[in-house]
Amino acid sequence: MTQRIRCAGFGGQGIVLMGRLIAHAAMVEDKHTTFFPQYGAAMRGGTANCSVIVSDGAIASPMVEEPDVVLIMNGPSLDKFEPTVKPGGWIFYNTSLIDREVERNDVNVVKIAANDVAEEVGTSRAANMVMLGAFSKKLGTLDLDTLMGSLDVQLYGKGDNVMEMNREAMRRGAALVE
Amino acid sequence: MSEKIPIGEKVLMKGNEAIGEAAVQAGCRAFFGYPITPQNELTAYMSKRMLEEGRVFIQSESEIAAINMCFGAATVGERSMTSSSSPGISLKQEGISYMASAELPVFYVNVNRGGPGLGNISPAQSDYFQATRGGGHGDYRVIAFGPSDVQELYDFTMLGFDLADKYRNPAMILADGILGQMMEPLVLKPYEPIPDLPSKQPWRLGDPSTPDALLITSLILNPGGMEERNFMLQKKYETIIENETRYEEVMTDDADVVIVAYGTASRIARSVMETAREEGIKVGLFRPITIWPYPYDPLNKLADRVKNMLVVEMSLGQMWEDVRLAVEGKARVHLHARTAGGVPVQTEIIRDLKKVLASKDGEIVRNF
Repeated sequence: MTQRIRCAGFGGQGIVLMGRLIAHAAMVEDKHTTFFPQYGAAMRGGTANCSVIVSDGAIASPMVEEPDVVLIMNGPSLDKFEPTVKPGGWIFYNTSLIDREVERNDVNVVKIAANDVAEEVGTSRAANMVMLGAFSKKLGTLDLDTLMGSLDVQLYGKGDNVMEMNREAMRRGAALVE
Repeated sequence: MSEKIPIGEKVLMKGNEAIGEAAVQAGCRAFFGYPITPQNELTAYMSKRMLEEGRVFIQSESEIAAINMCFGAATVGERSMTSSSSPGISLKQEGISYMASAELPVFYVNVNRGGPGLGNISPAQSDYFQATRGGGHGDYRVIAFGPSDVQELYDFTMLGFDLADKYRNPAMILADGILGQMMEPLVLKPYEPIPDLPSKQPWRLGDPSTPDALLITSLILNPGGMEERNFMLQKKYETIIENETRYEEVMTDDADVVIVAYGTASRIARSVMETAREEGIKVGLFRPITIWPYPYDPLNKLADRVKNMLVVEMSLGQMWEDVRLAVEGKARVHLHARTAGGVPVQTEIIRDLKKVLASKDGEIVRNF
């Protein structure tokens, strides 16, 4: 199994963190993984994306040309990446910020009101965790508990309150697709 | 050693950071650098880690200053390094040439970005000529690694420091924006020096009042003196070629066509090879690991039975020249080249492989 994933949204939504968490959790589960961010001059509110590959075997190229899965957090990212998804692949998108339908009919679509659900746990900043929870539960790529463990590593030093909000956002994201 | 660094374990790290940790483990005593994308995480990592270890970190006023600080560190026998990206590495060339001439060790890293000029911040391999031909003025060479993953960035950083000391010569890594920025798991191996490191550092300045006194210079004005030094350096380079040429061959035994690629391009080539073989195209991969010394002889031998090679590189035919030199006309050498942020695409390489297999004698397939 090889899954090519692209996370995309605007700067400040924690897009890179989403990718790092997937890659870290994949490593913990003894899978092969690569993470590659769009890099360079970036600003809060601008666009951000990263590619992650999770595989049972060695990964040759870290580049993702035709993702199996896209996790889309804002409208411009859906416009940009909807056409790139592999036929039969998955589009998870944030309906809190995107009010259009996916146009393609050869892909699976999962609608997640990520910001709304995150606000229920206390902060819309955890919208990325809602999306991650939904993704991992729906596709089973990674165990939710592993992702939460990776959260402890990647957000090391944050307060208990912040950590618990993020974990709860992940749980609620998972619950949306159960 | 910092307790936070889990030596011996598998961790997820950025390429740039892995280079930094390897340097710390290999006993780098001083880091001198000036920021530039896409190698900034390396400088940032060292600004924290070197201080944790009680070592020297200096953000210099310029790239030229940084390499000359390395010159200074080398003269007192300390391991030091610098890093930059393409335009910054150009600025360092004067200092590297001086150190090559004075036979001083230094390890440096070029996280290649688009050029020429100020270029852009995208990945490229277009500093290949600069890395493999010395880079600055004069008849000299630097040991240059072309790693293809984060583990190799780590491993060859350690080896780079050792080989620089062993041969009293600059050694470098030529990476690119993708390798620098990507994260993947690697094992933080403990540093084990190569067995034949010089036990003391004969290039280290001694007390001027003793027989240890030493004059380090790259200026030799007496008649014949500079030419003599050059011949001596060439002899050393021949030893390096003999001992340190590294490469990897994958599935070349039954190959009808072999892709020659290093670094990031070789990862893409490996994907291509796997996909093409599923389609029944017998593709092999030849991957130079050191780009200087270059594996000319193994490529030449390969050309006895493989008559078509496709060079895949993120520069416009720079390594293509070396492969053509290597095969001495025994094979046709085709080219798939992108640069300055243009990254080779699998489907396009496979398209060119099919063109290569359908091509006639004397025909060379090129994508531009």
